[in-house]
Amino acid sequence: MKAKFIQTVKKMKDNLRSWLSDEKNMNLSVPLIAIMLGFAVGILIMILTGRDPLDIFRALIRATVGIDTTKFGSGKTVFNPRYVGEFIVFSMPIILTGLSVAFAFRTGLFNIGAEGQLMMGAFGAIVVGVLFDLPAIIHLPLAIFVGILFGALWGFVPGLLKAKFGVHEVVVTIMMNYIALFFTNYYYKQLPGSNNVKTVPIHETASLQSDFLSNLTNSSRLHWGFILVAIAVFFFWLIIEKTSFGFELRAAGFNKHASKYAGMKVDRNIILSMVISGAFAGLGGVLISIGTFDYGRVLPAFEGYGFDGIAVALVGNTTALGSLLAGLLFGALKAAQPLMQARGIPKDIASIIIASVVVFVAMQSGIRSFLHKLRKVEEE
Amino acid sequence: MESNYVIEMTGITKVFPGIKANDKVDLHVRDREIHALLGENGAGKSTLMSVLFGLYQPEEGTIKIRGKEVEITDPNVANSLGIGMVHQHFKLVDNFTVTENIILGMEPKKSFGRIDIEKAAKRVKELSEQYGLMVDPYAKIEDITVGMQQRVEILKMLYRNADILIFDEPTAVLTPQEIDELMNIMRELVKEGKTIVLITHKLKEIKQVADRCTVLRRGKYIGTVDVADADEQQLAEMMVGRPVNFVVEKGKAKVGPVVLEVNNLNVLDNRKLPAVRNLSFKVRSGEILCIAGIDGNGQSELVEALYGLRPIESGQIIHDGKDITHKTIRERVEGGIGLIPEDRHKHGLVLDFRLDSNMVLLDYYKEPFQKHGLIQFDEIKKQSDHLIKEFDVRSGEGSETIARSMSGGNQQKAIIAREINRSPNLLIASQPTRGLDVGAIEYIHKRLVEERDKGRGVLLISLELEEVLNVSDRIAVIYEGEIVGIVDAKKTNANELGLMMSGSKRGEVNES
Repeated sequence: MKAKFIQTVKKMKDNLRSWLSDEKNMNLSVPLIAIMLGFAVGILIMILTGRDPLDIFRALIRATVGIDTTKFGSGKTVFNPRYVGEFIVFSMPIILTGLSVAFAFRTGLFNIGAEGQLMMGAFGAIVVGVLFDLPAIIHLPLAIFVGILFGALWGFVPGLLKAKFGVHEVVVTIMMNYIALFFTNYYYKQLPGSNNVKTVPIHETASLQSDFLSNLTNSSRLHWGFILVAIAVFFFWLIIEKTSFGFELRAAGFNKHASKYAGMKVDRNIILSMVISGAFAGLGGVLISIGTFDYGRVLPAFEGYGFDGIAVALVGNTTALGSLLAGLLFGALKAAQPLMQARGIPKDIASIIIASVVVFVAMQSGIRSFLHKLRKVEEE
Repeated sequence: MESNYVIEMTGITKVFPGIKANDKVDLHVRDREIHALLGENGAGKSTLMSVLFGLYQPEEGTIKIRGKEVEITDPNVANSLGIGMVHQHFKLVDNFTVTENIILGMEPKKSFGRIDIEKAAKRVKELSEQYGLMVDPYAKIEDITVGMQQRVEILKMLYRNADILIFDEPTAVLTPQEIDELMNIMRELVKEGKTIVLITHKLKEIKQVADRCTVLRRGKYIGTVDVADADEQQLAEMMVGRPVNFVVEKGKAKVGPVVLEVNNLNVLDNRKLPAVRNLSFKVRSGEILCIAGIDGNGQSELVEALYGLRPIESGQIIHDGKDITHKTIRERVEGGIGLIPEDRHKHGLVLDFRLDSNMVLLDYYKEPFQKHGLIQFDEIKKQSDHLIKEFDVRSGEGSETIARSMSGGNQQKAIIAREINRSPNLLIASQPTRGLDVGAIEYIHKRLVEERDKGRGVLLISLELEEVLNVSDRIAVIYEGEIVGIVDAKKTNANELGLMMSGSKRGEVNES
């Protein structure tokens, strides 16, 4: 009996090893290992500071599925759907900036400007939401559309400068972030009725908020934006993986010269790619301004969605599904931060875990070569 | 028995995922000899040398250096054993001087940690004179020729007191003159007590300079021969595994109407200097016109202008009776121009794409590969499988192979398959056999002649005189961006072409 058990365990170990060392699985296994290592760092810090490392997971479980594991057996309500709603609200903009950065990256471009594009998207939606008074069936789509358009415009400018004059997009997008911050802050204050920190609420006809969803999740801020996120993920996958346009973009991402030789319009594609990339981030802004909130916020500084997007794209291996999952992971960690703080754990632990995951993903060639070594051991 | 071998590699086996790069390979090199390591692209020559240099660890086998068994775990160990390597792609810092590059990593110091450049430069100069290298210690790398850069690499090894020198395909980047000079340098080095391993697939060089030769084929050890006892034919057979035909078999050209007419073409290079000057020529269907010349005489700019990659200053390009001077690349491609580019990695392939995606790189937007804007991956794979079979493109996983992992010869075959399959009426082949072994060269020449016999116009750009004379019907010699003569391939010889290529003789330029 025992021998059989040991044999089974050994077989499982062998299976795991051959799965891990198979090149085909590495796109999945490498980020997973990086994530685990990131958490290991977080746990280590918890232990070193004399805290219970399981608290991280308690906070995460509560923040994502809404179940408070500390209340098991206490007779109190264990499940609070509000957390689920807030978790999704936290995740959505990060998923979208992740898609934005990933899209640009797949076409050989570095979009550091998702932050600015997101702010412009938020701004566009607010302008429509505040200034116009239309029936919901027109007003809401118009607000979303204008928001996306503003984000796309903020991608178009660096794309154009890169294609026509060879200006590096990293420099331009970083600077465009600042322009977006001060531009939106100034014009938010110019909208009728605004004070120094925010605009007046948008008309309800332009809002993504929903009483139904809110009630469902114990009055969280969950809104209809998740449908748009799902569409965006699908759209990303369709364009990049399935269309001939995406084929061109990917070809240019890997080898611009060969694409040119093959008769592709590489310069035009650079612009289009930045426009689409900006549109994803712009949509992220829309979800914040007319979904999570219902007014425009005058921001004192960047909120970091753009940088989160870079991390999400990296961890998600610049694919649609990967960005979605990585966005959810980062959203969960962010949603767990206030809960950790409530339990006396510094919320920085979550930031450390996020940073560690990113560092380990950046080290993926090291992880890969380690996995290759596993394969060699197996063959011997 | 006392052996006088400097290097004894015995039973070396090195496995990479899916491939045995070296399968029980032996290499025994005597003291003070030039030992050639011959094999096709992907035969495992570089792997074997990487094992010797400590870049890879072999799964099996032993290495003895000067009779002592050693374990070379990394290049530093190799260096301390006196092994040095000149890589195919030089590892130099472009904006450093020759001396700075040579001492990199072991700088001689003065007080306060300052680098003693004068001392180093003096040593470099001495070494350079001792071996007849003629390198200026204070020149910047970016200002000197490729041949000179290679000598800097050689000096780097000498400066580190290496006495076993590995040359990895050293002639691939050199002009014919530079090759001759390199051969002399190698002989000089051996005379001074060094031992040389020369990795190559060029038979002529082996005959010229090597004492003995070890042949590898598909990772296996085939044999070691004295070069003096073997002729090129035998060596080629050992390398490829079948008799190789050096002479291109072709019948008389059946020349048809003009497919390409270039009139007074002027093109600038990247530095905005004239690269192509007032160039005029015609290519007729059913013939191979070769643009022959020494590298850097405007050939690349000419090809780019013809294909639409580079704007022209003035002049006219007429293809198939239509003026295409200002047409886009895609319009030209669809009009029936095919190009085998000079740099297959940079321009010919998307190396990180699968082979099948590369096979449709020019057609992905057409039916049946694209329907309603969606790529039809099944159709692409079908097409690719068909081309792989027809053109005998060999790769690890067929259509699914990532192009980067394929050997140079097979990458080139894939490009040729793609281009020829589109049946262009004008095929531009820019140095199509560069860096390839005899087997692949034979194949490519055969394909080019086949295209010609199908009544297509072939414009071949070549730097190799042998290829020029062997394959073409007419030869246009280019010198400093001008055509200095157009001659019939049958009525000329290497000597005359050589003189024209170096600009010291002019021929008839008039086209009938």
